Parts: sequence; C-alpha cells; structure tokens
Amino acid sequence: MTNLLEVRGLTKSFRGLKAVADVSFAVPDGAIVALIGPNGAGKTTTFNLIAGAVAPNAGEVLLAGRRLSGLRPDRVCAAGIGRTFQIVRPFGDLSVEDNVLVGALHRRPHVESARAKARAVLELLGLKPLAGQRARSLTLPDRKRLEVAKALATEPRLLLLDEVMAGLRLTETDHMVSLLRDLNRRTRLTILLIEHVMRAVMKLSDRVVVLDHGEKIVEGSPQEVVVDPRVIECYLGAESVA
Amino acid sequence: MSFSVPPSVIATGVLTGLVYGLGALGLSVIFGVVRVVNFAHGEIMVLGMYGAALLAQHAGLDPLAAAPLVAAVLFAGGWALQRGLINKLIGRPEHMQFILLAGVAMMLVNLMLMLFGPEAQAVQVAYAFDSFELGPLVLDKVRVYAALAAVLVAGGLSLFFSRTRLGKTIRACADNQLGARVVGLDVPRLYALTFGIGSATAGIAGCLLTLMVDVRPLLAPELTLLGFIIVIVGGLGSLTGALLGGLLIGVSEAFAGFLLLPSMKSMFSYGLLILILLLRPQGLLGKSS
Amino acid sequence: MSALSSDALSQAGAGLTARGWRVFGVWLAALLLVPTVADSYFLSVLTTLLWFAYLGQAWNVMMGFAGQLSLGHSLYVGLGAYSAAALFVHFGIGPWAGVWLGMLVAALAGAAIGVLGFRFRVRGVYFALLTIAFAELTRIGFSHISWLGGAGGLFLPVSQRVNNDLAGLRGTPAMFYYVILVLTLAALLLCRWLLGRRIGYYWQAIREDQEAAQALGIDVFRYKLAAVLISAAMTAVGGVFYAFFYNNLFPEQIFSLSRSIEIILDVLIGGIGTLFGPVFGGFVLTPLGELLTWSLDRAGINIPGAKQFVYGGVLVAIVIFLPDGIWPPLARRLGLTRASSDPVRSSEP
Repeated sequence: MTNLLEVRGLTKSFRGLKAVADVSFAVPDGAIVALIGPNGAGKTTTFNLIAGAVAPNAGEVLLAGRRLSGLRPDRVCAAGIGRTFQIVRPFGDLSVEDNVLVGALHRRPHVESARAKARAVLELLGLKPLAGQRARSLTLPDRKRLEVAKALATEPRLLLLDEVMAGLRLTETDHMVSLLRDLNRRTRLTILLIEHVMRAVMKLSDRVVVLDHGEKIVEGSPQEVVVDPRVIECYLGAESVA
Repeated sequence: MSFSVPPSVIATGVLTGLVYGLGALGLSVIFGVVRVVNFAHGEIMVLGMYGAALLAQHAGLDPLAAAPLVAAVLFAGGWALQRGLINKLIGRPEHMQFILLAGVAMMLVNLMLMLFGPEAQAVQVAYAFDSFELGPLVLDKVRVYAALAAVLVAGGLSLFFSRTRLGKTIRACADNQLGARVVGLDVPRLYALTFGIGSATAGIAGCLLTLMVDVRPLLAPELTLLGFIIVIVGGLGSLTGALLGGLLIGVSEAFAGFLLLPSMKSMFSYGLLILILLLRPQGLLGKSS
Repeated sequence: MSALSSDALSQAGAGLTARGWRVFGVWLAALLLVPTVADSYFLSVLTTLLWFAYLGQAWNVMMGFAGQLSLGHSLYVGLGAYSAAALFVHFGIGPWAGVWLGMLVAALAGAAIGVLGFRFRVRGVYFALLTIAFAELTRIGFSHISWLGGAGGLFLPVSQRVNNDLAGLRGTPAMFYYVILVLTLAALLLCRWLLGRRIGYYWQAIREDQEAAQALGIDVFRYKLAAVLISAAMTAVGGVFYAFFYNNLFPEQIFSLSRSIEIILDVLIGGIGTLFGPVFGGFVLTPLGELLTWSLDRAGINIPGAKQFVYGGVLVAIVIFLPDGIWPPLARRLGLTRASSDPVRSSEP
C-alpha cells in the first residue's frame, strides 16, 4: 500500500517553545489514521503545518510523493487536502448551502455545477433541511457538520478533521463515524483525524499516532495503542502506570 | 537650493512637534485602551481651540489658563461619547466604530461651521510677538510656553498611568480586557474614563495650539490625519512614542516646509505614514503584536 | 423554521418577488420619463443623486462584497477625471477614449495600494488609513502639477448646452442625466452578474473569514486585488463623467477625504453588501438634504454646514441602530424581496 501522506521530521517552534518536534508518520492511501494526545501535544499545530497555515522550521510534508511544505493553504487545498478547523469557522452571513458552495467552487468553477455538488454534500451530511438558513444561526453540532461539508465539497484526496466529534451527543457521534467510514469505503477518501472522543477513534481508525509535548511517542493499531503504558502515562501521569 | 536649515527652523519644529505630540497622546491613550481609532480626534482638538478662543474673547483668559477649564469640559464630553455611543458598538467589527466616529466627526466639524463660520480666528496674547533668544536660536515665546505646557501635561499623564491606582487599573484593562472583567473591573466605566482623558488631552493640546495657529473648523480633519500619522509612526499605545512621533513630524514638516514648498510639507508625512504602515505597523516604539 | 425551496435558492441574485419586480419596473419607468416633466434644477439634483449612487455601488464592490474598507475612493474619482480631462484639454481626445485611460490609471493606483497593502498584511482600520494616505498624497501632489492646472484647477472648455453631442459628452442636462442613469443601471447589472458567479461567492467568503476561505482553496490575494481593481476602474468612470459634467476639477475638492466619506454614505444607509442598497441610500439621502436646504431657504436662514451636519447624524444613527442599512429590512417588510426565514445576504438584491 502506498502512502498518500508522509510527514518527515516536522518541527515547529514558537518563540523558543517547540510545539512540534521531529514528528514523522505516514498515512496510507485509503486509510483512516487518528492523531491523539493530551491537550497541548501539538496535534493542531501538526495539522496547520500539513495544511500550509504555518510554515515548518524543519522537516517536510509529502502528498503522493510531492513536496507540500511551504505551499500556501489554498495551494495545499488544490493539491488535494481538505481541512476543518478545531474552532469552527463558518461563513456566518452566508446560507448553509452557499457555505458549501464556496467549497465546491474550488473544483467546479461554474456555479450551477458547484451548487449541484454542494447539494449532494449537504444531503450526505444530513444538512439539506438547513440549506437556506444563515450559517450564523446554526447550533454547534450542525456547525461541525457544516465544517466537514465545506471541506468535503473541495473534493479532497485527504481530509484533515480536527476534533469534529467534540460536543456531539452519542447518536450524533455514531452518525458521523458511520458517515466517515462509509465515505472512506466507497470513495477511498483518506482521513487523518485529531480526536479526543476515544469511541470514535476506536471505531474509525486503522492506525493511531500518539503525540505528547510535540513528539511522537507511539504508533500502532487502536488496540495496541490504547493499552500501551507510555500512552496511558502521558494522559494520566506516571503514577497510574506504576 | 541651499541645504543649510537655520537652527531656528528646527527648534520651531521641535516646539510645534511637542504640541502635536501631546494631541497625539490623547489619541494614543484611547487606542491603547479602548482599541478605538478616534476619527474625531482633530474635531476634539479644534473644539478645544474654540474653547480657548471663546474664553479669551469673553473672559480675557490666556489659553494656558483656559486649558484646565477646556480639559474639564472635553473630559465630560469624551466620557459621554464613549458611554453613550461607542459603548454600543463593542463587539461589532472594528471598522464600524471607525465609521461611527467618522460620522461624529462630520457632525462636530459642521456644528462648528454652523456656529463659528469658516473664517479663521486668531487668539492674540500680549506676548504674541515676543521671542527668546538663546545664542543663534530665536524662539517665539508662545511656542516655548506651549511646548513647556505640553511636556508638563505629558509628564502628568505618564505619572498618572504609572503611579496612581486608577492609572494602573486602566493599563491592566488595556493589556487584557477579558482578564480585567474576570477580576471584576468595570470595563465600560474605565473605557469612558479613558476616552475622557484622551479627549481632555486633545483639548489641552488644542488650547496650546491656538497660541501658534489660527482656529477654523476645517483645521479639524487635517489635525485628525496628522494625529494618525504621528501615532502610527510613533507607535499606537505608546506614550513616549506619541511624543517622539510628534517631534519627528514637527521637525520633518519644518524641514520640508523650508526646503520644498510649504504646501508640500504634508506629503512627506503621508509618505512616512505609508512606509510605516507597510513595514512596521506597530510604529517606531510600539509593541509588536 | 421553514427553509427556502431549492428553486428559490437557485435564483440567488434575483431575490426580488413578483411585487418587487413590478415596483422596480415602475421606478425605472419613472426615472426614464423624468426629463420630460422636470426642470433643469430637479434634473441636476437627480443627476448628482445618481452619480453618488453609482460611486457608492462601485465602492460597494470592494467593501460590501470583498470586505476591504477604503476611505480613499476619491483617489479613483480624481484619477479618472483628470486623465480624461487632460486628454481632452491638451490633446483634444474625447471622453469615450479618455475613459479607458482613466480606468487604467485608477486600476494601477488600486493595484499599488492593493499589492502593497495585501502583501504587507495591512488590514482593517490600518488598510483604511493606507487608502486615506494615498488619496491625500495625490491631492497635495496634484495641487503642484501645473500641467494639470495645479491648485487653481483644470478647466474644460464649456460649449453650449443646447445641442447633444454624446460623443464629446457635451449637451443638455437631460443628456447627462440619461448617461448617469445608464451607468447606474449598468453598475447594478454588473454587480448582480458578479455576485452570481464564482468571484462573487469567493469575495463573500473572504469578507467573512479570510483564513477559512484560504483553506477552501481560494487565492485570497488574487481575489482581493480583483475587487480593488474592479472597484477602482468603475469609480474612475464616474470621475470621467464628473469632469465632463462640471467642467472644472480642483484637487482640493476631488481628492478630498470628505468626498471619500460622502461616497460611502449612500451605501451605509442603504446597506453595505446589498445590490440595491447604494441606490436606495442615494434616494434617501439626497432628498433629505434637499428638503433641509429648501426649508432653511424658506425660513430665510443660510447656514453652511447644516446639511452635512444632518448627514453626519444620519450616519451615526445608521451605524448604531441599523448597521445593515435601511434597504434589507424595509424591502422585506414591503414584500419586495423574497421572504425567507433567515435571509441570505448573497442573494439579497
């Protein structure tokens, strides 16, 4: 299996503090990989580095063998990466449909074709009833789904999801999980997700990468990672492992 | 074109610049704390000028003596403006506050036009034509007194912000609005106070300015722009920056006015503004955000 | 909450109801017929009204659609005016050719401001100050260019106003009125067209959240620059009209900050970012001003500054109470625009 995404030696410091330190991992084509770790581990920074929102101090990002590091976020999107933001960023004054339309316009410059795609994505995410509403007026769970819809509309090869399950109820989480798994199976959409909701991580991911204090400490299958003493230690502290 | 600029020209530029700097201080304080760019800054200064002019006409007061009275009135006005109008826009996009103040400025400048007419008025003091002579320098007494007063007021403000409890509270609010609220500070009240202080300062600068320049309503937009230039060049939110910026602009305009055509002196200031906006938007002494 | 039907959404950009279209038709017909009944004073008032509405529409492209605050738009008016006027006065070249130079010069100036501003990440209020600085710099500069008349002004040779010469833009007040009316309508059409295409949606995304827009593949710099260029060029056309209508240009007036603010008044009152907002705003503000002037005249009072004072007051009131402008809520209330549970700004005319 080839790797769609390769992260090699990625390093980023902010004012002397290493947020991400020499992180390397790979996401196989068509796989779902979860990036987990305690707060402040550097997960979102890693996403920002991959997506081009922030430039790395060292290391590189390869998408299907092509160097992405140093590209602007919009070029990264053109290369095939779609991302969501941890704190959702809807286009508040636009309707839900127009929000997704903006995403769809990336691959489909003509509005009619893009709108059709947008509607399809809305349908997929169960947002069709809300299509005409102003995005500003949506509840948080709906905003999260909108965030995913926007990214999906850009027809990415790799989807970066930043804590899209946070704040969702159990049924909503399960719904999102099955949606993502379905997309992955049907269209081979590769997914890299940051998650705290372990239920989703266990159900979705083929592999898990664990970060702590900016470093990768463990990588493996979900079952392996969840019982690894190093992982437990970084979440709960050294005493709990002893 | 001779490039030797008489020292008096430079000295005059310094003195004038100090008064401009005081005015800009008012602007800077408001921005540093309330985070509002006061588009009505020049109008408040000109209100101060008219205050001094009226008091000179009807009560025979020297502008230096009129300053405290004008300051008090403009403090109240600024306080009311913030409390009554600007406060309503907290949380809206910042350009809306800017536009609001542009509207207030429009109202003030035209109010003055309606009340006083467009012609310039001068405030004559007894010593208007006297000067000090220090060696090669010939300095107008009015400019020296104005500059001294400006430095005094600036010093007073600096002491207020660094030594008094209220001043420190306001600075805390500037540094961290959310933190201030969490700690229980009445942020709207502090904002109103700050706007009052800023307006009073601008008003005092206006009084001092009457000693050097004739007052007319349309001076206001020019002073607003000049204030912006000084504050951005010197550094928004930095008190010393405002004074330094004032000095810089005062001297450079003196130079430009002397070497080029007087009517072109502002071009240099605008050019400087553009450069600073592009290259170092926090200003020469401002903190990098 | 009911949602819009998919048909309604597909007509984004044509959010008028049937009644709205009828009202628009009547309004348009009235405007077309006005010269047959109006005296030249009334016509000149309407011409000025439409001129400001047109400029407001041009400014709206940059601010309302793309979210970039420019308070130095008088720069483009002046550059357009002077370019065409200089060609006419010095080389005898008529306005229909001169307008292209005007648009080019204005677009170049806009490009300079845009490239500098966007590359150096100058945003929000700072960007507004940048635009003011450029306008002021030009104002002072032009006062010293004697080839363009300097501070004393540039004067176009005025010919008789009886025969209409559309090619040379010399003629009756009615001719000028129709020209500006056509320009205003053309601007409306252009804006509606832009809003319905990718560029319109991308602009709105940038206006709402620049970083989020970038994450969706939008080249933010390119689209912001496009907004500035289009806005500048449109504005310059208004400047060319001004030059040939008033026949005199003074740097102090045409590049002034107060002119820049006058331009945005209509848009703020009508509604930033809407299609009809600037035009509606013009039809509110100008009559208000004329009414005030007329009342003061009747009372025998002549106070310079009264009208501008009221304009300032209206501006303050709008910003505080109706920041989205008068047009959107009014049009919905009167049933002129498509009613929806949560109106969508992009399809709002």
